[in-house]
Amino acid sequence: MTKQEYAQWTQEESPRSKGPVNIFKAFLSGGVVCTIGQLLLSLYERLGAGENAAIFASLSLVVLSAVLTGLNVYDNIAKHAGAGTLVPITGFANSMVSAAMEFKTEGYILGLGAKMFSIAGPVIVYGVSASVIYGIILYFIQ
Amino acid sequence: MDLWMLLKAFLVGGLICAVGQVLIDYTKLTPARILVSFVVLGVILGGLGLYQPLIDFAGAGATVPLTGFGATLAKGVAEAVKEDGLFGAFTGGLGATAAGITVAIVAALLAGLFCKSAEKG
Repeated sequence: MTKQEYAQWTQEESPRSKGPVNIFKAFLSGGVVCTIGQLLLSLYERLGAGENAAIFASLSLVVLSAVLTGLNVYDNIAKHAGAGTLVPITGFANSMVSAAMEFKTEGYILGLGAKMFSIAGPVIVYGVSASVIYGIILYFIQ
Repeated sequence: MDLWMLLKAFLVGGLICAVGQVLIDYTKLTPARILVSFVVLGVILGGLGLYQPLIDFAGAGATVPLTGFGATLAKGVAEAVKEDGLFGAFTGGLGATAAGITVAIVAALLAGLFCKSAEKG
């Protein structure tokens, strides 16, 4: 079997479920995560957090996501929720926590310490770089 | 409790995630590429001033998805440039997102130290 045939075969044998059901599940689960975020945001606003309420809400979701990932619950939810648990900030935290847990067997420095950035790293690299470009443009047009 | 606000957060946040699912299912983009795209898109929309109206409208529905992380980067840079000039372009982004990144790093370290991955079988 050539590589190409194998690729085709695996694609036929394991059709990834697609379609409206998947998209709806992502919509629903992503919506729920954001609703929890909004509940937290309102709570912090009422506690007097002011402008920082949104940041505190995101931080709480990061911690919640880390706890659920640590208890091996988040990945089970993510199996069904797809992008609904990937795109929110909880997915960013999950990618770091689960990699840290999985790769500590490769050591605390190059395993846990390095691998936690395998997805978060690129996000930070390109996000920060884009923001620097924006800042430079902003400086010169102002 | 403002139920209308909760509903808006649900709808907008859900829609942003649904777009992510469409990208996963119908393109060859990997999850990592999708996250990178969402953050960069957030920086661009934030920089153009198009994301703040969405935050005003949907609250956490706009700040919780990773596009909101990108918008925070852009907002931090804009404020820092206003205050410190060109120097701010290099401090504003990470400055505004420092808390989120730091909490995620510390949480990942703690979980890595004290939790075990489920057996994969």
